[in-house]
Amino acid sequence: MTSQKNSDIILISHGDGGLLTHQLLEKYFLPCFNNTLLEGLTDAASFPVRQGKMAITTDSFVVDPIFFPGGDIGKLAVCGTVNDLAVSGAKPLYLTASFIIEEGFPIADLERIIASMAQTCREADVMIVAGDTKVVGRTQADKIFITTTGIGYMLLEADLGYNRIEPGDVIIVNGPMGNHGLSILLERQSFSFDTKVLSDCTPLNMLTEKLLERFKGIKFMRDLTRGGLSTCIKEIALSAGVDIRLNESNIPIDDYVKGITETLGLDPLYLANEGKFLLIASGEEADSILEYLREDLCAQQSDIIGHVETGKGNVYLKTTLGGTRRLTMLTGAPLPRIC
Amino acid sequence: MNIELSKKLLDQLIKLSGSVSDKLDRQITLMEVCGTHTTAISKSGLRGLLSPYMELLSGPGCPVCVTDQTDIDRMLAFARLPGVVIASFGDMIRVPGTHASLEVERARGARIEICYSPHEALSYAVQHIDKEIVFLGVGFETTAPAVALSVMEAKALGIINYSVLSVHKLVPPAMKVLLADPELNVDGFILPGHVSVITGRKVFDFIASEYGIPAVIAGFEPIDIMEAISLLLKQIVDKKAETINGYTRLVSEEGNIRAKNAIEEVFEPEDASWRGFGLIPESGLVFKKAYAGFDAAARFPVEVPYASPPEGCSCGEVLKGKIKPDQCPLFSIVCTPADPTGPCMVSSEGACAAYFNYGDE
Repeated sequence: MTSQKNSDIILISHGDGGLLTHQLLEKYFLPCFNNTLLEGLTDAASFPVRQGKMAITTDSFVVDPIFFPGGDIGKLAVCGTVNDLAVSGAKPLYLTASFIIEEGFPIADLERIIASMAQTCREADVMIVAGDTKVVGRTQADKIFITTTGIGYMLLEADLGYNRIEPGDVIIVNGPMGNHGLSILLERQSFSFDTKVLSDCTPLNMLTEKLLERFKGIKFMRDLTRGGLSTCIKEIALSAGVDIRLNESNIPIDDYVKGITETLGLDPLYLANEGKFLLIASGEEADSILEYLREDLCAQQSDIIGHVETGKGNVYLKTTLGGTRRLTMLTGAPLPRIC
Repeated sequence: MNIELSKKLLDQLIKLSGSVSDKLDRQITLMEVCGTHTTAISKSGLRGLLSPYMELLSGPGCPVCVTDQTDIDRMLAFARLPGVVIASFGDMIRVPGTHASLEVERARGARIEICYSPHEALSYAVQHIDKEIVFLGVGFETTAPAVALSVMEAKALGIINYSVLSVHKLVPPAMKVLLADPELNVDGFILPGHVSVITGRKVFDFIASEYGIPAVIAGFEPIDIMEAISLLLKQIVDKKAETINGYTRLVSEEGNIRAKNAIEEVFEPEDASWRGFGLIPESGLVFKKAYAGFDAAARFPVEVPYASPPEGCSCGEVLKGKIKPDQCPLFSIVCTPADPTGPCMVSSEGACAAYFNYGDE
């Protein structure tokens, strides 16, 4: 029988709330996540609030594989929640993290994930202030699931909403589309392409905060996660009751992503991103926003990809050949074609 | 894609198309046989750009779309068998059968693994010797060689828990049925590039020589398709009919001999039922005796009643080029990618999906 003392895998007992749970916290979580709000291990973290509005969001992460080029499930769990707050015009402050771990999960992998979460929290300047760990039996979960909840305050400068979107506004993205979705797909299926596609997984809040402070003409922001650019733009057009016209030539897509997706019959405009957002701003400020974005390391390939028109929720893409095609929402998972 | 070159070619093609339709005093109708062409034409906006001069019709070139309803129901019956794991290309997962789809069966507890190659399905079989792995062999000449190789490998390795439901189809026999249809009104064919890589150019000679209709094998970049259309228009205006290889960088006269040998080693042609077309002589591939042990249809003899496509579904008419997808009464009203009635709306190469997802204004 494996000695629990020397075990290098997660046991059911690690989740029973007893000594092993305590040891797991003390040995692995606290050294990485440690901060003044967490260290008391009280039932709830308490923190000061300021005037104005708070913002809260939550998301569960069940990605497979849990380690992929450019990131891992832990980094994703921090970025995903931080970015949801960031594009809502909030400054993220604190996260909670809840782990559901499958019995037999290697503790070394858990360490890697925790270290990655801690590093990403430092980059985003947020703290994990509360958490939970449950261990379930083999096959009752797929390796590890992480749920993060994020809380922050709304920036006074932010005034974002569908109601502000109007004809003449422009749409800007902060970089090439599809890298995260493609990296996951390639890793999952072990395709043998020479090029390694890296996920773009990154926290965006530092950039969005600076943008909102500086440019009053920013009317809407959204991170381009599952469903990719197309699904997101279609949702915006429908919710704002406008038509949107995009110009394919201006949508940044890395050449190797273009090549691989063409080979597999995938469309990068429907693939997920984890470090990309779009913003909609008044036409007058567009060029200054673009100039400012391109100075940032995370956004050097930013571009104005389209504009808003009067309409009823249609999205049109002007192709590089000069033709037009509609964009819709993603239906089902993007899958390579047979032929 | 070389954008400048493509735009230059497009300008030339538009001028040529205009002069050809003026000269003939009618609109030209061309058929793209391959579903990947249909998607590329819609996605690049080429369909809309050329619509004043020509009609581009979709043909029977999507392997998922031409799969017979009874065969789809057979796949679902296999999925319900205890101990069986279905390995399938992703395209099949949401295709509606009479009462469910593989996606629905998976939610009900069936084991469905999405594979990107038959070799992956075989590896899965090696790793799970306690399970019966049934690979859904859907595809044309393009897919059949890889399936045949996986079966040959399974035989060599002595793997007994791997089998294939072969619903492979061959393109030339379907072209013959299409060409014999008195209602067919097509001035030229854009022939499938991937299929031709395997078959070679020569097998398509009959289109021009026997039926007097020009045909050009095309690659899948918009520039390839535009070049193929130019070659067709030149033939039409010169009243010539040849089967031209416009994809010489990959297609040879005789095709890929090794791939063809693999098909011949494992399979033999037999009559097969196509959605919308019915039974087409010698258009399917069944296992030869030496490989009969890998035939899932023989290994799991499930009773599947004959099934017709759902009422109102016009996939068959679309596949024969008799109507355009948006002329189907169900298109975008009852039948959508989220809730498809027929496979043409759900396959990534399906004509209806291409019109729905990439339609112009």
